[in-house]
Amino acid sequence: MSYTKRFDNRKFDEMRKIEAKVDIIPRADGSAMFKIGDTVAIAAVYGPRSLHPKFLQDPEKGILRCNYTMMPFSVSERIRPGPSRRSTEISLVTSKSLLPVLDLTKFPNAVVDVFIQIIQANAGTRCAGICAASMALAHAGIPMKDMVAAVSVGKVGDKIVIDLNKEEEDYEDGATDIPVAMTGRNHEVTLLQLDGEVTKEELMKGLEMARKGCLDIIEIQKKALREAIKENQNE
Amino acid sequence: MGILIKEKSIVVPGDIIAEGMDYLPSLGCFREGKHVVSERLGLLNVDNRFIKVIPLTGSYVPKVGDTVIGEVKDMSFGAWFIDIGCAYDGTLMVRDATEFVEKDADLAQVYNFGDFVVAKIVKITRHSSIHITTKGPGLRKIQGGKVISVTPSKVPRVIGKQGSMVSMIKDGTNCTIVVGQNGKIWINGKNPDDELLATEAILKVENESHIDGLTDKIKAFLEKKK
Amino acid sequence: MNNDYVRSLIERGKRIDGRSLDSYREIKLESGISKYAEGSARCKIGETEVLVGVKFEVGTPYSDSPNEGTIVVSAELSPIANPDFELGPPNEQSVELARVVDRGIRESKAVDFKKLCIKEGEKIFMLFIDIQVINDDGNLIDASALGALKALSEAKFPKLDKDNKVVSGEFSGKLKLEKLPITCTVYKIGGSLLVDVDSKEEKAVDARLSVNVGNGRIHALQKGKDIGFSVDEIGRAVDIAVKKEKELAKLLK
Repeated sequence: MSYTKRFDNRKFDEMRKIEAKVDIIPRADGSAMFKIGDTVAIAAVYGPRSLHPKFLQDPEKGILRCNYTMMPFSVSERIRPGPSRRSTEISLVTSKSLLPVLDLTKFPNAVVDVFIQIIQANAGTRCAGICAASMALAHAGIPMKDMVAAVSVGKVGDKIVIDLNKEEEDYEDGATDIPVAMTGRNHEVTLLQLDGEVTKEELMKGLEMARKGCLDIIEIQKKALREAIKENQNE
Repeated sequence: MGILIKEKSIVVPGDIIAEGMDYLPSLGCFREGKHVVSERLGLLNVDNRFIKVIPLTGSYVPKVGDTVIGEVKDMSFGAWFIDIGCAYDGTLMVRDATEFVEKDADLAQVYNFGDFVVAKIVKITRHSSIHITTKGPGLRKIQGGKVISVTPSKVPRVIGKQGSMVSMIKDGTNCTIVVGQNGKIWINGKNPDDELLATEAILKVENESHIDGLTDKIKAFLEKKK
Repeated sequence: MNNDYVRSLIERGKRIDGRSLDSYREIKLESGISKYAEGSARCKIGETEVLVGVKFEVGTPYSDSPNEGTIVVSAELSPIANPDFELGPPNEQSVELARVVDRGIRESKAVDFKKLCIKEGEKIFMLFIDIQVINDDGNLIDASALGALKALSEAKFPKLDKDNKVVSGEFSGKLKLEKLPITCTVYKIGGSLLVDVDSKEEKAVDARLSVNVGNGRIHALQKGKDIGFSVDEIGRAVDIAVKKEKELAKLLK
């Protein structure tokens, strides 16, 4: 069956409304909120800080530890508190999506901790988490070669679309979900997963859409970072 | 070619600041091919051919020559380990302590757990071992008063041009004030009320650092409270 | 050294931010902050920030109370809120926090459990109240209890289909609370009693007493920390809590 109009009337290459804010958790070294449609993620960064136990330390460079959790009330069916296999995997791929832009050789034996919490979930949570984490890392003063943005693309019915919402993910005639993270300057893909069935042409079309989406998101992230500083700028 | 972003703008990681081989990245930025790129969220500063991004956020980054204030967290043969508010402790060797320490002396008798010291960073090794000393003018173990914390990036504001801000607060409260580059500040007054006033003034500078005419505002604040 | 400083100030009735010993910092309460929860709220006291979500699930009643629903309160002290919080299963501090908030709701009978009955002996509603600490600047118990009450006071029953399964996104009426009990924690530093400590003051606290008050009646108490209270101090602490109930309950109306 043909998916001719999106459930929320967006264009196929249109993302949901985005809001980004930096410096939302005073105790953290860096923090940010990223909202896309009805999905809301917050991220806090602590570090670089000392790492215990000692056997985890790397004398050549610092390590990055990411932890992704969803709040129990963030979805329709309550999630029991505590890590799940899904959250463990997402924590891992989130870490891999951010590492390529970080230079941790400046912090041997130390750790940079990134904590992501999903307050409200309507698909695209791991991507929203990565967008928030990227801003939080910059806010925390961790040296970064580039910003990282992430958005999902996919196939709903027979159409390639960007930023699937929950309804589209659950589309009864089949949907393929493809989360993508990309760096701002060199457009390097640092996160790529896929769940479903597509042809190569469809995948490449999706990646092109993701590129445009990520570049738009990066402009929003940069603006949020500048805004946070303007409120605190020295004379 | 040349500088692509206006000086004194706020730049973010990934921003391309300059093009061409004439410019040299000196702080908070790096060269990638023919571009100089920012790696920090900070203020762009161009000095001749040197490009600096002055970080406006982030925890304390230790530099040789910095005066720091820290708490004794641990001690071992021949050295104390001082928490200076970054990922690495400062190492204070016995030979760098201002007091003469006898061989086999109990280190805790000189600087004990929980004591605060004013120290200077003398060396940072390749593996981020930070060597500090309490030998030198103004360096010592802290007695009395209190230690407060401000964000390290606000320290220049608290000190002011040529020390003007901190001097004004010292005079207005009759307190000794020593500002560590790591954001820790020691305040020692004749009574807790004076110390409280100095604390309030410093925290005010931290919270309102972006406002124009701050020096006058703080002056007025101090006068009113007296 | 700084604990001594906080103590010397408090002894003279002063606080670093200029508040009086019996004043709370600015409190901001907002409901509806997470739309897939049947009830939710954000409570900010100064810079302490807590989110609370309420979820309804259909379950079976306990055999000794066939026409009553239940509440389950959990708290997460997320590492995002404080560099000293660690990942892992709930520790003593988060379990105590959850249980103190639970008692404040349960013992005061703020929720009429009979209203949570769907079909006597067979189906009841279980209310899951999840507390998530976002930023810890002291006084987490009061912020969590207040947030929980705000979330409950705006919570809506989900609609049920003919098989008594929750129909997501549809509601059938508000959960009305029987009362709005307030938890006020009174802290002892030296010989002084004060409320709403921030994280700096918290380090100097000798003892604390969380008092849950509803309409002037005491429904729950929890003493914490390592030093004791005199009986007289307990009396004074309760007086403070009763006074605060009136002020704080206004925020919920």
